[in-house]
Amino acid sequence: MISHIVLVTGLFLILIGLWGLLTHRNILRIIISFSLMGTGTHIVTVAIGYVRNGTAPIIDRTLDVSEAASHVVDPIPSALVVTAIVIGMAVTAVMLAFAVRLYDSKKTLSIDAFTDSKW
Amino acid sequence: MIHRLLVAVVVASFGLVFASLVVGYTEQSSLRPLAESYVRLVPHELGAPNVITGILLTYRGFDTLGEVAVLFMVAASVGLVLGTRRARRSASAKDRPDETRSSSEVVRTAAEILVPLICIFAAYIIMNGHLSAGGGFQGGAVIASGVLLMLLAFPQYQPNLDFLSITESVAGAIFVLAGIAGLIMAGGFLDNRILPLGQFGAFFSAGAIPLLSVCLGIKVGCELSVILERFRPQKL
Repeated sequence: MISHIVLVTGLFLILIGLWGLLTHRNILRIIISFSLMGTGTHIVTVAIGYVRNGTAPIIDRTLDVSEAASHVVDPIPSALVVTAIVIGMAVTAVMLAFAVRLYDSKKTLSIDAFTDSKW
Repeated sequence: MIHRLLVAVVVASFGLVFASLVVGYTEQSSLRPLAESYVRLVPHELGAPNVITGILLTYRGFDTLGEVAVLFMVAASVGLVLGTRRARRSASAKDRPDETRSSSEVVRTAAEILVPLICIFAAYIIMNGHLSAGGGFQGGAVIASGVLLMLLAFPQYQPNLDFLSITESVAGAIFVLAGIAGLIMAGGFLDNRILPLGQFGAFFSAGAIPLLSVCLGIKVGCELSVILERFRPQKL
């Protein structure tokens, strides 16, 4: 049940991001929409790794090694999302760097101003 | 108007696809075979209580190395894209008085108290990556948040970029060398059994995983700090 809620939240975030991406004309808002979509995919990835009544895959006093396999959530999506978050942050940094340069060249952040194509 | 309608149609159709995904989704009641073997193998073979760190730094260590390479490339490309602004910004620095004015007493004192604590917290997260929730990526991001606080609280603060890049290169070289050592002395690239596994759950245990965690944390922290520094309005 809980992973359904998380899954719906993640997919809803992706939709919000997609909507923002298509409606806004300001580059910063488009970048925020991209980040929202990325966050949504992270949440979806974590949600599909949930196992009913599972706990974090960290073995300590309360979780014995022998019964770990039947009590933990899937560790692989978590491991993938850890790296995906950092890479998402890096991609955002590159997009923001380009936004800064675009603002320097036209003194506006609206994508309507950038119509000339470069060959 | 027609554009809005088109957007609504696109979002609605994606929503339909997602709705069918949600309807067809059933919560797992047991682990898939691959995950199950990871959960079983990481404590036994690698001696790491945190399964996720074991996967990240050993079984998928090559992936992690690739991610770090991507981060390095991003730091370089942000420098390339923003680097040529230095000269052209000189004129506009004058009409931005905020840049030359130092921040208020409250902000400065709070930053002086918080930055060491943030650094200690980052070290804690990195060093306990194999025992509890944490690891190199997370700790590196915490280090970068400390650097960001420094940049915001002290506008005149200039991180030493040469030092950062040398530290980062050394950490990256150690990471790769530990990987190659695994190829020679243990089962394969980035195998953590080049060092003794130690007692399960102890601070110095799980072979090379703490070492790799430290390298990864230093590398990620330095790269993110360099990226943050590049975004600062340059004044010359």
